[in-house]
Amino acid sequence: MLLKERRPAQEVNSSSMADIAFLLLIFFLVTTTISLDKGISLILPADGNELEVNKSNIVNILVNDQGQVLIDDNPGKIRDIKGLAIKRIKLNQNVIFSVLTTKRTKYKHYIQVLDQLKQAKATKISIANPNF
Amino acid sequence: MKLNRKNKQSNEICTSSLPDIIFMLLIFFMVTTVMREFEGLDVILPRAKTIEKLESKRHTSYIWATKDGLVSVDDKIVQMNSLGELMYQKITNDPKLTVSLKSDQNSLMKTISDIHSELRKAQALKLNYSALTEK
Repeated sequence: MLLKERRPAQEVNSSSMADIAFLLLIFFLVTTTISLDKGISLILPADGNELEVNKSNIVNILVNDQGQVLIDDNPGKIRDIKGLAIKRIKLNQNVIFSVLTTKRTKYKHYIQVLDQLKQAKATKISIANPNF
Repeated sequence: MKLNRKNKQSNEICTSSLPDIIFMLLIFFMVTTVMREFEGLDVILPRAKTIEKLESKRHTSYIWATKDGLVSVDDKIVQMNSLGELMYQKITNDPKLTVSLKSDQNSLMKTISDIHSELRKAQALKLNYSALTEK
């Protein structure tokens, strides 16, 4: 009888192991940031690669620093670009949209213009370097 | 007597493998977690509707541009004329590189077009304008 009392089971209590692991799990669940990198993709043309394009295939979009647009010399608003672009693509599959900004144009207006063109499923977008 | 004893098995669910399962999950999240290396500059991203996801985080390099024209790569402020050189080194190390441009919505196009020409010089042509989803 005495011998039996002095020899308890030599197991480590592992019931709290799950809790510890859960805590760690929750920590990593919280700190994991699922990649939030989203945006408008574009492929730039290679340097010094200038192509001659027929003028009838180009739609010029000028964005000024107030966020006003000039589409082929007709003034308009940024949100009208989508409809216009869809029309032009229907008329001519090979149309190229050339986006020209001024040096003081705000980036958000430029992104809005690109967004409108992408919504119209335009694939040929050219970005001109601002000269003024 | 023998039969009786066999029928009297304990009705508890065996939880001894629970820690193992949780550890597996834990290890999965540990491996997939990417701790934020740097916060970049203080920018308010523009919003857009036609948003695409970047293919992989590993092949992405970030350029931050504030509305004051400050440009930063890898947590260092970079002068515009050395940006091309830096990006060229990056693209030679990883030809699949996509550049994610995180620019403030009020940045001027002068900064952006300078970045464009530096990227073209460096042959880093895959560009993504980082934007948030429009509400």
